[in-house]
Amino acid sequence: MATLTQIERALDALGDPTRREVFKRLRNGNRSVREVADGMNVSRPAVSQHLGVLKAAGLIAVRVKGTRRLYGVDPHGIETLRSWLDGFWNETLLAFKQEAEKEAMKGRKLR
Amino acid sequence: MNAPNDPNSVKKMVYVQAPQEIAWRVFTEKMGAWWPLAFYKIGKAPAVDAVIEPHPGGRWYERGNDGSTCDWGTVLAWEPYSRLLLSWDVSADWQYDPLLKTEIEVRFIPDGTNATRVELEHRKLDRYGARRDEMRRIYDTEGDWGRLLAAFAQLAATVKQ
Repeated sequence: MATLTQIERALDALGDPTRREVFKRLRNGNRSVREVADGMNVSRPAVSQHLGVLKAAGLIAVRVKGTRRLYGVDPHGIETLRSWLDGFWNETLLAFKQEAEKEAMKGRKLR
Repeated sequence: MNAPNDPNSVKKMVYVQAPQEIAWRVFTEKMGAWWPLAFYKIGKAPAVDAVIEPHPGGRWYERGNDGSTCDWGTVLAWEPYSRLLLSWDVSADWQYDPLLKTEIEVRFIPDGTNATRVELEHRKLDRYGARRDEMRRIYDTEGDWGRLLAAFAQLAATVKQ
């Protein structure tokens, strides 16, 4: 299960405005460090460092393509945050409601 | 129906467009089809099913994709199709602890023939001791983006200092 530490790490990572900008730049797909740094007022090593923090927080993942390291959003990290926002019982009961209504619908169609 | 000030209990209600019997069956027999197993599981293996054995004293557990099982709690009361009482023995570190014994009561209340009000109470949260408030927050949180923004604002303030 998502521990609070994980969630806090993710929220902490996004608490920094430059890091949020780095994160936002990955929303359209995988990017190399250079591509992320392009047009930003931050040095490439600093961008690397920010990417490292986002990765440790589980928000992004690295893919190696040949000699290139590409960074992209980690959907699992986002889901973890989302489930924390929704809350345990809210999320669980909503999922139950959807399944029960699907099942009831099936029964109605048979009649 | 809420007693929002009870620090040892979380109450939730969901209104389901399904007859009482179907609501009960989906809850108890098909839990693996709807329980958010990707997040709310405690075993090492990826979980593929959640099972409630249909009798008092029955196990409540998850099954991993390698066939392993990991207990969550037990059935304390089994009253089809109206009331289910389970113990939830998952610690604040998301480990099975048979001595924990928090309780989850689920009531299925018919609303006409085609709808059911499902009331859930998660209680005895005092069993979490010093970590009660932390756990209560996880169980109780409403999906509320305002909270996320507040958390951001708070963190941003901390970062600036």
